[in-house]
Amino acid sequence: MVTILNENNVTVLQGTAGSALWVSQDEMTTATGWALKTEGFCKDEVCVPVPASKSEGLIADGRVNLSEVWQLMGKPAAVSNDGDVWSLGEAANDRNEAMLSLEAPDFSLPDFNGKLHSLTDFRRKRVLLITWASW
Amino acid sequence: MDAEIEAAQPWVDEASPTFVTLIDKNHQLSSLYNMVNVPQAVWIDEDGKIVRPTESGGSIDILREFDMEIMGFKPEAMERAAAAKATYTGAVKDWAINGKGSPYAFDPDAARDHVETMTDDMAMAHTKFQLGQYLLRNGREDEANELFSECRELHPYSWNIFRQTSEKMDTGIAAGEAFWGKVMSLGDKEYYKTVDMPGMS
Repeated sequence: MVTILNENNVTVLQGTAGSALWVSQDEMTTATGWALKTEGFCKDEVCVPVPASKSEGLIADGRVNLSEVWQLMGKPAAVSNDGDVWSLGEAANDRNEAMLSLEAPDFSLPDFNGKLHSLTDFRRKRVLLITWASW
Repeated sequence: MDAEIEAAQPWVDEASPTFVTLIDKNHQLSSLYNMVNVPQAVWIDEDGKIVRPTESGGSIDILREFDMEIMGFKPEAMERAAAAKATYTGAVKDWAINGKGSPYAFDPDAARDHVETMTDDMAMAHTKFQLGQYLLRNGREDEANELFSECRELHPYSWNIFRQTSEKMDTGIAAGEAFWGKVMSLGDKEYYKTVDMPGMS
């Protein structure tokens, strides 16, 4: 069993723990939203081409080496000692560009009754997003 | 921003807020909005555009004036902090009423100028923090703590990471020796950067 963490989502797969994260294309899309298309690895409007020299190490038998793909895209990744939990993070550049675009990054978080709320639920209202913690 | 809902629950129960209150156990907002402390705030207009990027939510930097003898702040410092908070709250209300016409809402260029950018190390800290929180919740505390210690090195000015992963006092607050040592060694660096708005000093 392998667990993938990405953008607050937890995806558990029937994979093998190890030093590389090989997944099916569907699993990659479920866990991260990225999909393999003819243009390369794509999510929303963005596509990252697959360099021919690297395609063998990235794609084999229809499966994808997601940890290598993540590195190719310049995104940070961290893995547990046993290789069974992978945290696939987002790159500083991508975060910075998103903030500088002034489009408030969307998110979904639960309230104290467990009900999910997304930032986009509040369109047509002004939102003060303010944090607090008990510690 | 609490890893455990139980820690936040009593505060929320007592405040019984009329606004939507969310729990961000993995500090996703720190990663998305480059937040490093609480309270921090972002103003988002009715079209989902940021008109004031991440900044202190009205708190000012009086922390190093904490008086260990009285275990509190002197009245003068408390007054300054209260005045800053009142200015900030007034600004929020003005914007709520006047929107774009409010002198406290930035135009797009000014908003971009106030965005503080993240480094690769900080992005890695968020990635490892998420892994650590998952492992902690699944009984792998030692490994989680190793990751948290890496996070604190990668992102030394994230008080969100530091305090969430520090030992708490009986009060549940992470304000022990380690915290005060870190605060006192900040040097020129601010604990809360002063909010850039009219009337705030």
